[in-house]
Amino acid sequence: MNTVNYLEILRLAAPETIVTVTVLIVLGADVTVMRGKSIAARFNVGALLSILGCIFAALLAFTRHTEANLFNGLMVVDPSSDFVKVAILALTVFTILISTSARFTDHVGEYLSLILLGTIGLMFLVSTEDLLMVFIALEFASLALYILTAFNKHNEKSAEAALKYFLFGGMSAAFLLFGFSLLYGISGSTNLREIAVGIAGKGFDPLLLVALVTTIIGFGFKVAAVPFHLWAPDAYEGAPTPSAAFIGSGSKVASFYVLAKIFTLGFVGAEGSAVWHGYLSGWTPVFAIVAALSMVLGNLTAIVQSSVKRLLAYSAIAHAGYMLLGVLSNTPASASAMMFYVITYALTTIGAFGVVMVVEEATGGDAIKNFAGLSRRAPGLSLCLLIFLLSLGGIPPLAGFIGKFFLFSAAVSAGANLGLLWLVILAIAMSAVSFYYYLRVLKAAYVEDAPGEAPAIKVPLLTFLALVLLALLVILFGCVPGLLTQFL
Amino acid sequence: MLAWTIYITFFGVLVLMLLPRDQQRAARIVALLTAIAGCVVAFVGAIQQANPGEVATIVKAPWIPSIGANYYLAADGISLVLVVLTGLAAVSGILFSWNIEKRTKEFFAFYLALIGGVYGVFLSFDVLLLFVFYELTIIPKYFLIARWGSTRKEYGAMKLALYSFVGSHLVLIGLIAAWVVAKGQLGHASLDLLELSKVAFPIAFQHWVFPLVFVGFAILAGMWPFHTWAPTGHVAAPTAGSMLLAGVVMKLGAYGCLRVAMVMFPEGVRMWQGEIACLAVAGIVYGAGVALVQRDFKFVIGYSSVSHMGFVLLGLATLNTIGLDGAVLQMFSHGIIAGLLFGVVGRMVYDRTHTRDFNDLETMQLGKLLPFAGVTFVIAGIASMGLPGFSGFVAEFQVLMGAWTVFPKLTILSGLGILIGVAYTLRAIQKGFYSDAPPKPVDHAHPLNPISIPERFGAVMLIGASLVVGLFPGLLMNWIEPCFNSPLSMFARLLVKGGSQ
Repeated sequence: MNTVNYLEILRLAAPETIVTVTVLIVLGADVTVMRGKSIAARFNVGALLSILGCIFAALLAFTRHTEANLFNGLMVVDPSSDFVKVAILALTVFTILISTSARFTDHVGEYLSLILLGTIGLMFLVSTEDLLMVFIALEFASLALYILTAFNKHNEKSAEAALKYFLFGGMSAAFLLFGFSLLYGISGSTNLREIAVGIAGKGFDPLLLVALVTTIIGFGFKVAAVPFHLWAPDAYEGAPTPSAAFIGSGSKVASFYVLAKIFTLGFVGAEGSAVWHGYLSGWTPVFAIVAALSMVLGNLTAIVQSSVKRLLAYSAIAHAGYMLLGVLSNTPASASAMMFYVITYALTTIGAFGVVMVVEEATGGDAIKNFAGLSRRAPGLSLCLLIFLLSLGGIPPLAGFIGKFFLFSAAVSAGANLGLLWLVILAIAMSAVSFYYYLRVLKAAYVEDAPGEAPAIKVPLLTFLALVLLALLVILFGCVPGLLTQFL
Repeated sequence: MLAWTIYITFFGVLVLMLLPRDQQRAARIVALLTAIAGCVVAFVGAIQQANPGEVATIVKAPWIPSIGANYYLAADGISLVLVVLTGLAAVSGILFSWNIEKRTKEFFAFYLALIGGVYGVFLSFDVLLLFVFYELTIIPKYFLIARWGSTRKEYGAMKLALYSFVGSHLVLIGLIAAWVVAKGQLGHASLDLLELSKVAFPIAFQHWVFPLVFVGFAILAGMWPFHTWAPTGHVAAPTAGSMLLAGVVMKLGAYGCLRVAMVMFPEGVRMWQGEIACLAVAGIVYGAGVALVQRDFKFVIGYSSVSHMGFVLLGLATLNTIGLDGAVLQMFSHGIIAGLLFGVVGRMVYDRTHTRDFNDLETMQLGKLLPFAGVTFVIAGIASMGLPGFSGFVAEFQVLMGAWTVFPKLTILSGLGILIGVAYTLRAIQKGFYSDAPPKPVDHAHPLNPISIPERFGAVMLIGASLVVGLFPGLLMNWIEPCFNSPLSMFARLLVKGGSQ
């Protein structure tokens, strides 16, 4: 690279740039024009500006069909990463929509702009093939997420959750950096494709093994896979609900996309094999173990939870296990099935957290018993909850079911002689378990009666709009998955 | 045309959801009209089908091309029989739940959603679509029982939901594995049942995948020893819920066994034929034996369902034309008769007396107080025992004939089951309605309500259906027989060797 063409960089990073400008506008508007107005007004105006910015950026990313590779993979723009950016932006829009009714903070501008900053980090994360950039973008996004977790200053749990999340996150960053530095040492490059060339033919030396394992540990923390999941339940429970929704959605999508990219591009030749009776060391068997543990532990622990947010956290761990199944199958079909699954999962999770938030503000808690009688108190809301939880449980014709079908069928196709069937059987068995705890929440909402006098719950308009939209998307992607799969 | 059974029913769900909460009467009428419309469409569509031996395509449109899934609705004679059964069961179930006062519109919305899913299963010829409709029925079942049920309703509902879900997940494992293997053989992804029925899956593969899929479906058909959801679920369910559970939902399981598991893996069936027959007969005898000693009136009927569904499974295991004919006919027959029995016990008796304990019922002289209920139960009991003139006789007789050539010893054992069946039915009639125990002084402050008009209609309709099929079995056999006899049908592979054994 001889001369740096800044205009070219700005052109390729236009979606990110638009969101950055939006951050400035939102912050600026909040301290100038909106000063002294009510929190509701500030939230609505700030949300409107942020959403407009996101939609503009998403439209741009969606309509351009550029393929570019800047600075040797530091910034890669292609239709696939652009679509993931669109998905992340859409998830951000939904997160912002449900956060408009939140009343835990009066720092409206800062809250919204942190969500947007996190989004920018995630967008950069998905459009790079360079480890250095991966690390920077990941940490950039994570910093925003740590602060978002701590944002409820009136709640001690929020601070505790953030500290826990931050400490775990910092440690995972160290692991990641250690792994990356070893990879650089082995291959002499930070570019994924060059790393693949660099490690090819060298056999499975201990250094590579250490690099592999530390990288997996680092990402294991980020995606909350067992045994690196301990921060997740506390962070989900303590964080303000919209923050938890963002951690569980946008950041999941980006992390899994880049995780799959790093391992499928960077560790070519070190796959090994996780098929039954055909074990070969490499990264896929490690993933297989992590995936199996996540599915089993996540689902079994979720059964005994009484807080719905914790329940969703453990279910997120379990779902991370299913998604890892898509990564370790390591075929184009399984990669697109995994992205379908992550995106629909993220939409569903935001919806579920949105419902939890409304219930929490109306009843003062997120325990399962707080959901009792919801179908009477807020019929529309509980119908949305029904759709989200059934989709998470994998009931057709919702997106969660068809996503599982894609994922599992791709995984079984991947291994020779149905070699990965053992993992799929485990996954399907565990998904049968998961049905039980989702049904527990729904039982409270639909079967039990609210104790004592239970007035109707007033659902904030914007939040409700977002929830209905999400529910419709979950149904739509379940019935016509082609709408989404054509881009993946 | 038949596809409209599904659409009309789900449209009814939508209308019910939009109704205002306090319009109970309107909700009932909407539900009844929807069910009647579905039933009429089912009848007309079934009669219009010129050649029941062939699979007549109703709709076939690409759904998810990447995995070879189509929106493929079609019908052959077997679908026709079961669709008509669903129509009858739906209408009579609504007539028997006319007295639901609590959250009426939600009740009927869940009820119709269940019916819509059932129609969908019977008409799907794409495995994934069939599976979608099959799982779609789980949620309404759960809420119907957990919300409107009686004795230990939440336990019964959860047990039923989990059993169904576990069963369907066994099926899912098998289907995914079969999909991958079929893709390798066909060269393209396919979920089309007709296409899959021609794929020769490797024998070793069929050996393990068949029991998985078969048992997955058979759990819902009440196969012993996975039947335990059935009695608790039936007892906990509201009357219409039990009628549907026994009437059509258990048929979903049996239908899945036949249409998916057996058609796709014919070698697998042959390998496991004996085991299935043993379990079926165990169910027949065990169900009947346990029914004989129950104190709860509804448990008697619940266990009798397990026993009667055993005949369906036995018929399937024979792998000859006459046995399979009998199995399908028994699905219809049991759907009608069990619905009627549950209607009498749940609605006519329990809703009025608030007890199902024989010790209490014995002192009530219900035969005198509710003569209509008494007579209906006697007729239904006779039908259930398998006396000639009713549908049960034709069906069970064919099953036994088919089984005799393959499993003579087991057939004799299942004859024992029929004898016990006579005993528990007579016992129930005697204890429930015509006991000579000294009557307790009748509480005149709370006289029993007379049997209402909707109940009479429902009862007459079901008795009529059983009688007509019993007297003119040809009506249904003309639909069923060609399906198994035609050498071109999807069942042909199944019968090639099995028929001559």
